[in-house]
Amino acid sequence: MADDVSSARHSEHAKRPLVALIGNPNTGKTTVFNALSGSRARVGNYPGITVERRSADLRFPALKTDEEGAPTAAELLDLPGTYSLAARSKEERIAIAATLGIEGCERPDLVVLVADAGQLVRNMYLALQLIELEVPLIIALNMIDEVASPPDAEELTACLGVPCVATSARGGEGIEQLRALIQSNLTAPPHGSVNVSYDAALLSGTIPVVEALPAAWRRDADEARTELGRNRALALWALSSVDAGHQDAEEDFPPDLRRACLACFEEFGSGDDLDDAIITARYRWLDERIGPLAQGAEAKPDDTVPISDRVDRVLLHPVWGFAIFIGIMLLVFQSLFTWADPAIGWVEAAFGWLGDALKANMAEGIVRDLLTEGVVGGVGNVVVFLPQILLLFLLLGLLEDSGYMARAAYLMDRIMNALGLHGRAFVPMLSGCACAIPAIMATRTMERERDRLLTMLVIPLMTCSARLPVYTLIIAALFPPTHLFGFVPVQGLLMMAMYVIATATTLLAAAVLGRTVVKGRRMPLLLELPPYRMPTLKVVMGQMVSRGSVFLKEAGTVILAFTIILWALLSFPKVDTGSAAASSQAAITAPAANTAPPAIAASTAIAAKAPDRQPLPTSGYVPDDPNPDTSAGAITQSYGGRLGKAIEPLIAPLGFDWKIGVGLIGAFAAREVFVSTLGLVYGIDGDVDESSAPLRTKIQQAKTPDGRPVYSPLVGLSLMIFFAFACQCMSTLAVVKRETKGYKWPAFMFVYMTTLAWVASFIVYQGGRLLGFS
Amino acid sequence: MNLADADIGAAVTVRCVGGERSFRRRLLELGVVPGVSITVRQVAPLGDPLELRIRGCSLSIRKNEAAFIEVDPS
Repeated sequence: MADDVSSARHSEHAKRPLVALIGNPNTGKTTVFNALSGSRARVGNYPGITVERRSADLRFPALKTDEEGAPTAAELLDLPGTYSLAARSKEERIAIAATLGIEGCERPDLVVLVADAGQLVRNMYLALQLIELEVPLIIALNMIDEVASPPDAEELTACLGVPCVATSARGGEGIEQLRALIQSNLTAPPHGSVNVSYDAALLSGTIPVVEALPAAWRRDADEARTELGRNRALALWALSSVDAGHQDAEEDFPPDLRRACLACFEEFGSGDDLDDAIITARYRWLDERIGPLAQGAEAKPDDTVPISDRVDRVLLHPVWGFAIFIGIMLLVFQSLFTWADPAIGWVEAAFGWLGDALKANMAEGIVRDLLTEGVVGGVGNVVVFLPQILLLFLLLGLLEDSGYMARAAYLMDRIMNALGLHGRAFVPMLSGCACAIPAIMATRTMERERDRLLTMLVIPLMTCSARLPVYTLIIAALFPPTHLFGFVPVQGLLMMAMYVIATATTLLAAAVLGRTVVKGRRMPLLLELPPYRMPTLKVVMGQMVSRGSVFLKEAGTVILAFTIILWALLSFPKVDTGSAAASSQAAITAPAANTAPPAIAASTAIAAKAPDRQPLPTSGYVPDDPNPDTSAGAITQSYGGRLGKAIEPLIAPLGFDWKIGVGLIGAFAAREVFVSTLGLVYGIDGDVDESSAPLRTKIQQAKTPDGRPVYSPLVGLSLMIFFAFACQCMSTLAVVKRETKGYKWPAFMFVYMTTLAWVASFIVYQGGRLLGFS
Repeated sequence: MNLADADIGAAVTVRCVGGERSFRRRLLELGVVPGVSITVRQVAPLGDPLELRIRGCSLSIRKNEAAFIEVDPS
């Protein structure tokens, strides 16, 4: 029954007309989308790739009865920005496939082109292509408020044969007219008409290509108004989408069509000559017909443009430009460290309270432990990232929407290019110093998948704040607070060295991975510097909320699952101390309550924490039985403890014993859990954090069976290097899995980082021993 | 003369566009077609890339690619 209802609803849903929004980047397309839909967008992904698919309900006002056939609602789809229908990136390819209704995309019933009124000629290039392909089209001439004497929508309509409406989505002008225009044109979709005079030789050359068009792409003769026109336009589109040298990029292009295109290139000379013939013919038409309409817009360059120019004179200045850039980056970076902190504290307190409340009200047992430590801890682990994610996306959204992000990429391109990275990779990489999770999500500001992937793979090498508690513990325990040359503090120097080493490794890894593992051509930079605009809060907030919810839904489930698995690993099997029931009960629950799981819950949050922050009272549980041996015994007996012993041979060459091994396993939940897990292994009760003296003393006093100290400064160094490079953060892996749509890249990331960590620690430890350190 | 050698601030006219196919096609599609007027507005503080002004719009490309755009003084 329920199934019937949902499938009925589904088919009703499927019958709703589809309206797609297309347009060049920076034309306010998303603002139009938000203004039209009003409600929140549904954000998903296109199948198989990481391009966001945003859609929303588009509602129409009820019409009079004589127009009963008119639809009352439609689905509105926001496509990635594209300059042309010849794809240069996967994102553009999606926009094109969704517009034309090919490659498995549903064909839209109506396409709305959002054009920048101040860039009319260039924007109409896309309109021209769409009209040639007989795509049902209407045009929203947007940003009309920025142009001194805007082009006339009616003249444009006369010129192209498709309905046009002037809008200013930011101020809400023209939106209702656009909505009405969409509604009235859905039933009888308008096809424009343009007549570009292409070279005769070009047209005859396209005939074999037309013949090679797949049957599914051709339209039935009765449907196409001029079948020849549309098919020829498809052939021209195919000719500029196929490239002789890049078969892998076009793997799903119909092979026959591809062959026909390549043959056409040979006949015509080369692909370049074909491009020249096609594009210059179109621009001749555009300059002739559209150029006069745009004169008012483009001949008034002393209005909006010079304001941007004046701002650029400062923001792109060799000295001031960089000073301001560094200032802005510091602000973003600092906000992740400190501004998100109170919110993180609230989240932690709330989940700590929830765990305690459950504990107080439930009978003791595995179910209670699972709920309080596994589930509540796991959900807490997920939610605790939200403050940083939301804050970062708010700030990045403001930078992007104002036009500054393009300038930042322009300023940094020289450096980033030398490393094989995109100019826009800078901001996500810097954010990685606070926490890799929001940083990896921030790579979405890059359009190309290759650039995103490369940036994502190296971000976790940056020194995130979760490493600080570990560094602090090791440095404080193993290195004396002495001064080098009488004034340079050794401890501070070590901490700084860890940052320098990590940053250098990140950049080096980018250079290496970009030339080896991450496939895809490096494309020449082509960056538009849009005029500065006041960011629209609605767009920025909408993006922030939708990305936050995507994180909760998709990465959150993985993080939750792993938290529960780790909790089980470190809590089972329960040790049976065998004696009096009451005391044994206390002994059993003590480790569970006090072990890694609460620590996991609490300390993943430290991802954002300043190093001096106090540990969190998440567990709030002081064991009744303070016998350290019992607690230490429990974790030793657990699967986690056994695993620690099992991996000892593997980590012995790095100078680590099995107890460190258990710590490393716990640290997979989150790095800072290492500290509390070590605390457990050494049987220290109560909250353990990096500054707790008992743990430090234990570490200093720990001896191997033959009486040597377990921890020497050399072991400490090796351990810090291991933490610097190893991929010990399941949340990072979960987010990478989410962002890359598969297990391949997170698996690669885990392997490459852990291998790097092992080799680096091996070199440090064994090299140090060869040099006579112990 | 190519665009990378053009004086900053001086308008030049595009004669022909060269370079890797998908990149040059995109430049053409953005309106960098023969006969159009183009100005190098400035060079980024670190020496690369260039900021171009064409058809009232600011585009940034690297010197490497600018060297493939042949221009005439106008």
